[in-house]
Amino acid sequence: MDLTVTDLACARGGVTVLERVNFRLAAGAALILRGPNGIGKTTLLRTVAGLQPAVAGDVSMAPESVAYAAHADGLKATLTVAENLAFWAAIYGTDEVSRAMERMNLAALADRQAQNLSAGQKRRLGLARLLVTGRPLWVLDEPTVSLDVASVALFGTVVREHLASGGSALMATHIDLGLAEAEVLDLTPCRARSPASAGPGTDDDPFAGVTA
Amino acid sequence: MIALLLRDLRLALRAGGGFGLGLAFFLLVAVLVPLGVGPEPATLARIAPGILWVGALLACLLSLDRIFALDHEDGSLDLLATAPIPLEGVVAVKAAAHWIVTGLPLTLVSPLLGLLMNLPPDGYPLLLASLAIGTPALSVIGTFGAALTVGLKRGGLLLSLLVLPLYVPTLVFGAEAVRRGAAGMDVATPFLLLGGITAGVAALLPFASAAAVRINLR
Amino acid sequence: MSIWEYANPKKFMETSSIALPWAAAGALLCLLVGLVWGFFFTPDDYKQGSTVKIIYLHVPSALMAINAWLMMLVASLIWLVRRHHVSALAAKAAGPVGLTFTLVALVTGAVWGQPMWGTWWAWDPRLTSFLILALFYLGYIALWQAIENPDTAADLTSVLCIVGSVFAVLSRYAVNFWNQGLHQGASLSLDKEENVADVFYFPLLVCIGGFVLLFLTLVLLRTRTEIRVRRVQALLARERMA
Repeated sequence: MDLTVTDLACARGGVTVLERVNFRLAAGAALILRGPNGIGKTTLLRTVAGLQPAVAGDVSMAPESVAYAAHADGLKATLTVAENLAFWAAIYGTDEVSRAMERMNLAALADRQAQNLSAGQKRRLGLARLLVTGRPLWVLDEPTVSLDVASVALFGTVVREHLASGGSALMATHIDLGLAEAEVLDLTPCRARSPASAGPGTDDDPFAGVTA
Repeated sequence: MIALLLRDLRLALRAGGGFGLGLAFFLLVAVLVPLGVGPEPATLARIAPGILWVGALLACLLSLDRIFALDHEDGSLDLLATAPIPLEGVVAVKAAAHWIVTGLPLTLVSPLLGLLMNLPPDGYPLLLASLAIGTPALSVIGTFGAALTVGLKRGGLLLSLLVLPLYVPTLVFGAEAVRRGAAGMDVATPFLLLGGITAGVAALLPFASAAAVRINLR
Repeated sequence: MSIWEYANPKKFMETSSIALPWAAAGALLCLLVGLVWGFFFTPDDYKQGSTVKIIYLHVPSALMAINAWLMMLVASLIWLVRRHHVSALAAKAAGPVGLTFTLVALVTGAVWGQPMWGTWWAWDPRLTSFLILALFYLGYIALWQAIENPDTAADLTSVLCIVGSVFAVLSRYAVNFWNQGLHQGASLSLDKEENVADVFYFPLLVCIGGFVLLFLTLVLLRTRTEIRVRRVQALLARERMA
C-alpha cells in the first residue's frame, strides 16, 4: 500500500508550522522534501513516522511499514557495530546483519565499539540500521549529514536498490543523492499562515477570542 | 523484547558505574547510620529493618534517571517507539532491567548489611524476602517517574520529588514485614500486601509509563 | 444547552467573570458569620476548653485539601478524555490552592495538638497522610512548572494525578496499618456517636460552606489568570514566527 498524506497539518511545540500538505508516495518511488530551515521538515517526518499526532488531516499507509532514521542514530557507544545492528535486527525479527554491514561498507569495523567510530562511520552504521528493519518505507531526516562524497554515493546506491526492490523513501535532504527519478516537494507553500494574514475564523489557538 | 533486556543488561555491565553505584550507596548508608546514631546494639537492631529499607529505596532512586535519559539522548527511544514492539513492553523491560541491575544486587547483599546493623537473627530471611518482593515495585514505580521526566534536562531532583511519595506504601509494608518478624509477630499480612502492590504496579503502571513516554516524544 | 459549552475558554471567561464576585462575596460572608459565631458565640468544650475553636479552621481546610485533589482528578480526566483546555488549566489552578489548604490543616492541627496531646507533631496516621498529601501536591505543581510545552505539561500532570490518586489511597491504608493514632475520629460523619455537638456543628457547617466558596473563588481566579497567560503566550509565539 502506498503512503498517502492528505491535508496534513502538523505542529512543533504546540504551534502549527505546516498545513495543507498533500502527497502520495508509491512503492518504488522516492520523495525529497525541500524547504528553508525551520519550516517543519523534521516535524513532518516525525508525524509520518507516527511519533507525534497530526493536528489535522490524515496519513495512511500499511501498518508497520515505516523505518525511521533521525538526526540521532540511536547507537550505543559501548556496543560494537555488529552488536548494535544485531539488536535492531532482533527487534525487527530479521536476519540481515552481515549483509547490511557489507552494503554500508562496515564489515571491516564489525567488532569496533561505536564510540570509536568517526562521525561519518557512525552515520553509516545508523543508516545500515534501515537495512536490518526489513521495512518498506524509509523515512529519512538529513541522512547524508557527515558523510563523505564516496559514502553519499554508496548510500545513494543502497536507496536505489531499496526502491528497485519495491521499497519507497521519504527524505529531507539538501544534498543530491543521485536519485534522478526522485520527486521533489517544496514545503514553502505549506507554511502555516500567520493569523493576521489568514483572517478571522482560522485561528487554531484554543484560547482565541479571550480578550480580558 | 528479550533482545532489549539483554542489550540493557549488557550496557549496564559495560558502562560500569551504573551497576555498582547503588550497591556502594547502600553500603555507605549501613556504615553511616551506626556512626550517626551510636553503636548500641539494641538501638541498631531496632532501627535496622527501617534503615535497610530506606537505604535500598534511596539506592534505587539514584539510578532511575538513567532508565530513559540515555536512550532519549542518543535517539534510540524514538527508534524504539517506531519499532514493532509495543511501548508498554519496552517500558516493562526497562523496569525489569533496572531491577536486575539495582534491586536484585541490593537484595542479595542486604543480609551482609543486616550484620553490620545488628539485625536480629529472625530478621534475615524476612529482610531478604521482603526486599525480593518489594524492590520490583520500586523499579516499576521509578520507571513511571522516569517516563514523566524523560524530556527534561534537570529532571533528577524532580524525579525524586515525584517518585518518593509513590514509594510510601511499598516502604511501609516492606519495612513493617521485617520489623514485625524481628519482633516475633505475624508477618503474613504485610507480605501479602507488599506482594499485592508489586503485582498491581507491575500489571498496570507500564501502561501509564508508556503513555507518559509517548507524550514526551511528541 | 450542554455543560461542555462552559469548557469553551471565551464562554468560561464570560461566565466566570459574573460568578467570581458572587463566589467571593459568599465566601467572605460565610467565613465572617461562621468564624465570629464559632469563636465568640459557642461555649468552650468541657474537656478541651477554648482550644476546640480552632476546629472552625482545621476541619474545613482538611476537608478542602482532599476535595481539591478530587477536583484535580476529575479535571484531569476531563482533559484526557475530552481535551478541554479550561479543564486542564483548572486542575493546574487548583494545585497550589489545595497545597495551601493542606498546609493550613497541618499547621492548625499542630497548634491544636500542642495543648491537647502535648506535642506539635506525632506520626499519627491522619497527620502522616496529610504530610504525604502535601508531597503529592508538591510533585504535581513541580511537574507543571518543569515542562515548557503547555499541552505536554497538561497531559503528563493528568497522568500523574490519576496514578497519584491511586497511590494516595494506598498510602492512606498503608499508614493506617503502620500506626494506630492519637487523632480523634471523624468530626462530621452522620452515623457516629462521637460527632461534635450541635452547638459546634452549625457554625462549622457555615465555615465549611465558606471554605468551599473560598476554594471556588481562588480556583476561578487562578484559572482565569492561566487562560490569559496562555492567550498571551500564543500571541507571542505567533509574533516570533511571523
